[in-house]
Amino acid sequence: MLKKYMAAGVIAAGLVGVAGTAQAGKDLDAVKARGQLICGVSTGVAGFASADSQGKWTGIDVDVCRAVSAAIFGDSEKVKYVPTTAQQRFTALQSGEVDLLARTTTYTLTRDTALGFDFTGVNYYDGQGFMVNKKLGVKSAKELNGATVCVQPGTTTELNLADYFRTNKMTFKPVVIEKIEEVRAAFFAGRCDVFTTDASGLYATRAANAPTPDDYIILPEIISKEPLGPVVRHGDNQFADIVRWALYAMIEAEEYGITSKNVDEMLKSENPSIKRILGVTPGMGKALGVDEKWVYNIVKQVGNYGESFDRNVGMGSPLKIARGQNALWTQGGLQYAPPIR
Amino acid sequence: MTDMPVGERQQLAPPSDDTGILGWVRKNLFSSWGNGLTTIVLIVAMVWILSGFLEWALFTANFTASTGSECRGGGACWALIREKFRYIFFGSFPYEQHWRPLFAVISMLAMLVLSADRRMWNWRLLVIWSVGSFITFLLMFGQLHIPLSLMLFVALAGGTIGLAMRSAVADPTERSAYYALIVIGLIGLALRIFGVLPSWSLAIAPLSYVETSLWGGLPVTLILATYGLLFAFPYGILLALGRRSNLPLVKGLCVGFIELIRGVPLISLLIMASVMLPLFLPSGTTIDKFLRAQVAVILFAGAYIAEVIRGGLQSLPKGQFEAADAMGLNYPQKTLLIILPQALRVVIPPLINTFIGFFKDTSLVLIIGIFDFLNTANQALVDPNWAGFPGEVYLFAAFVYFIFCYSMSRYSKYLEVELNKGTRR
Repeated sequence: MLKKYMAAGVIAAGLVGVAGTAQAGKDLDAVKARGQLICGVSTGVAGFASADSQGKWTGIDVDVCRAVSAAIFGDSEKVKYVPTTAQQRFTALQSGEVDLLARTTTYTLTRDTALGFDFTGVNYYDGQGFMVNKKLGVKSAKELNGATVCVQPGTTTELNLADYFRTNKMTFKPVVIEKIEEVRAAFFAGRCDVFTTDASGLYATRAANAPTPDDYIILPEIISKEPLGPVVRHGDNQFADIVRWALYAMIEAEEYGITSKNVDEMLKSENPSIKRILGVTPGMGKALGVDEKWVYNIVKQVGNYGESFDRNVGMGSPLKIARGQNALWTQGGLQYAPPIR
Repeated sequence: MTDMPVGERQQLAPPSDDTGILGWVRKNLFSSWGNGLTTIVLIVAMVWILSGFLEWALFTANFTASTGSECRGGGACWALIREKFRYIFFGSFPYEQHWRPLFAVISMLAMLVLSADRRMWNWRLLVIWSVGSFITFLLMFGQLHIPLSLMLFVALAGGTIGLAMRSAVADPTERSAYYALIVIGLIGLALRIFGVLPSWSLAIAPLSYVETSLWGGLPVTLILATYGLLFAFPYGILLALGRRSNLPLVKGLCVGFIELIRGVPLISLLIMASVMLPLFLPSGTTIDKFLRAQVAVILFAGAYIAEVIRGGLQSLPKGQFEAADAMGLNYPQKTLLIILPQALRVVIPPLINTFIGFFKDTSLVLIIGIFDFLNTANQALVDPNWAGFPGEVYLFAAFVYFIFCYSMSRYSKYLEVELNKGTRR
């Protein structure tokens, strides 16, 4: 029996001719030896990671992978994307199937500790929001007293909703529907005044499912914290540092106005910070263990954080998500990178 | 008086409203006022639904839009399919090399169609599948490395199976060929194990290498289903025979395996293969995800096929077994020449039913992040530029699945007639 099983396995292995084994010592060494970064992404979330008509992966999460690749190899295309499902993502990272997970994963204490991972930053601050029809004339969630709200049962979304209304001494009538597709359909059919879920989900729903997207607005209040960020496993701090600073470099570049278009002129800048960032004054790359031109490569090939945001989820994309909490700290948002010095 | 013979009447044609189309309509659709009413109501409902569907799918449909937003508001957005069909069929396979999965699919279909013909059911089948599989995987991978040990193993297995099956009928030349294969395989493998022969593999590399993680779409569905069932079929037969064995250990293992596999959903097997297995392996060792899924499908399908075949084995009268024994046939001969041909003939409909089920079940591999045909279709929905047309994409996917499943179903019908000619009066 076992023999049969093994024989079948051997034959299958032979026919498919594979079973690639990768011996990983340190993660960074393994990545360098392989010449390729293996990046776990979503199995398709509009704006975050999705394959286009040519099968090329794009999205704000994909850009994190590209930035890390640009920092390590000087080339943002040396990435292999492995689509991972919600159930499978953590095992894929633990078992070494992927080097890095950039997959709309919420940063929490247990994940950062007990699961044996390190979150290296936050590339998108998500949180629960509200969408309403413009006809209601509502400008703030505080005006939603007595509204009917479409929501999925059994999620933290439902609990957050109840808490928020109770805290603000308002009442609401829940319309609880099990399947997300039906929740959307019910909302656009006018069965409820408000649709609530994570804000990125609201924007994606508006872009994809609304009969006329312009008829709907997403209210400014965000009532829960869902910081989404890239994750690596414990054990290789240098690799974790590179992932962390690749994202910071994109944010820092935006703060200093370095874009993919002007990065070549910026090389001539007199600003000492910009000189340090772009490696004109060497030292930063050496400290991180990568090429001195690492930020130059990231910005030139991937763009700064603002460019990436705009292209994938922001006003330059069909999703049209406002910067909101994801604006730079200088503009009232939460995106703040420690200085590169 | 007419000149008609006594006792006979002139043969009148049946009333005109009893024959032809009118007669058929009257007999089948309006035989009573109740049936007539039902017919009218159903026709009205069908026209109503169909006209709505045609309006959406054809008359107001958009075939030419270049972005999703241009498509919005009207009828069906078939422009989306036009834009995305290459991705839906071939997934993330390098775009400029899509001819490779295309020809791989054609090669697989040719292989399937050829082996559907009864005239090929002999040594030709082996040739068709060897050549077809070689072409398919060469196109998909671009490069094949065939290790020496595998070749030796195939020689050994081929010789053993050939000898077991044809020992009674083979002439001396054929028999010595089998012995030669076994000897070469055994000696070669022994030398390989003791390190005398070096690790070597035959490299055939005419194209650029494309790893399985980039495969997607129809080739993935076809490979998973075809090879899943190809390996599951003999494996299922062995399990079914083992379950009827008199040896308690063999029987116990087979029963245990079948019940274990049938007792869990395919999804849990796939998750085991993709989530649990890597944790048991030494860190850094990974088995190709596609191969893991393929093995899970084989194991799962094997258990189901075993039970279907056991039904066929049980339907055979005991006299068949006794007659075979009386003729002095040994166990392999009895099984291969007398029992299995009859048992398999009986179970064609449930077997094809299992095949159709598995062809569609392969889409569950999404759960471990493999993009088969349905999942590349899903993926086409996510592209923010084209989001919001699930109906079109799923209709298209359903259409393609239907073509495959309906062909299988028709083939099963043909086989039933063809193989039961002997028992029909």
